[in-house]
Amino acid sequence: MAGAKEIRTQITSIKSTQKITSAMEMVAASKMRKAQDRMQTSRPYAERIRQVVGHVAHARAEYKHSFMEEREVKKVGYIIVSSDRGLCGGLNTNLFKQTVENMKEWSDQGAEIDLCLIGSKAVSFFRSYGGNVVAALTHIGDEPNIADLIGGVKVMLDSYEQGNIDRLFVVHNEFVNTMTQTPQVLQLLPLVPDEDESLKKGWDYLYEPDAKHLLDGLLVRYIESQVYQAVVENNACEQAARMVSMKSATDNAGNLIDDLQLVYNKARQAAITQEISEIVSGAAAV
Amino acid sequence: MAITVRCDIVSAEEEIFSGLVEMVVATGASGDLGICPGHAPLLTELKPGPIRLICQNDKEDEIFYLSGGFLEVQPNSVKVLADTALRAEDMSEAAAEEAKKRAEQELANQNGEFDYSRAAARLAEAAAQLRTLQAVRKKLGKR
Repeated sequence: MAGAKEIRTQITSIKSTQKITSAMEMVAASKMRKAQDRMQTSRPYAERIRQVVGHVAHARAEYKHSFMEEREVKKVGYIIVSSDRGLCGGLNTNLFKQTVENMKEWSDQGAEIDLCLIGSKAVSFFRSYGGNVVAALTHIGDEPNIADLIGGVKVMLDSYEQGNIDRLFVVHNEFVNTMTQTPQVLQLLPLVPDEDESLKKGWDYLYEPDAKHLLDGLLVRYIESQVYQAVVENNACEQAARMVSMKSATDNAGNLIDDLQLVYNKARQAAITQEISEIVSGAAAV
Repeated sequence: MAITVRCDIVSAEEEIFSGLVEMVVATGASGDLGICPGHAPLLTELKPGPIRLICQNDKEDEIFYLSGGFLEVQPNSVKVLADTALRAEDMSEAAAEEAKKRAEQELANQNGEFDYSRAAARLAEAAAQLRTLQAVRKKLGKR
């Protein structure tokens, strides 16, 4: 049995770890509320614009924007949204696992892969995993700005327009609730048609002022809003996951301390008993 | 009950309106538009200006101010993707009047580093806000 003194130092060190994890839990909880608000305010817009673009994809447009062309897939692009910091459970690992699976499906079909990474965790993962990284954005912070994101995204859009990549996906965690976050792979380009059957027959919009001007504006707005939404949603997921994992770390530390306290008490008692019996037997000898 | 169309107005910050309406009157890129149920599919840019929703069951009209955006019409739905939207009740006439005056002043005495297009855009916005407020006043006057 370890000495009582060693156990005591161990307990102290676990206690200080527990303090750190419980502080992190509280920080994550307050950040999560803000991140969730941010996610929810921009969500309706992102959803509606996705629906509108889903309708646009059905239209037999007089002007075919390059984002609407369905091409043979030789190369696919991914925008991968991860967190900048760790200690958030399996959040990033699950995301990467899903991404790698999805990438494998495409590479089995003989397609090459280009990556645009957002967040340091993705950068370090793909540095060791390999893959052709064309753009990387890190340290976006808790309040992402569309302007900060647009640089990396533009690289992908340009290469789509030039015909380098034929399909573009965005990968991020979807916020279901505080306990559940699920990785999600969304196709951005070419536009994904809505599932509505009634839209399948040939029709087209009336455009005001003209189709080219209008679609250019709308589609840029669409991409911006989808990527921004992915980033704020992933941020809310990160804070939620961190809160949950830090809570369980705090609980685990508590259990560990209880167990060690018991061992410590037993050791102390044993030492006292031994001392008394030594004194008693000493006195008897005299 | 009259025939209605589903109308959703969202701005980048929040969902402004969602519900059934009889008609939507908006400020399109090439003039005002009135959209009734069953309208042909239409996609247009919006200029800064008021959007008026004529609600069913003789409920009061709803008026919002939009600073621009996109409008999509399908036979059974109208979707408005606004850049920013304001409830007309939240707007201040004094502030709009003030903004308009300032923009006009800037346009009048132009100097070297003057950004014409920005000032013109500001003037258009302020004028559009005033138009929205006038529409609201008309509505209140009718009551």
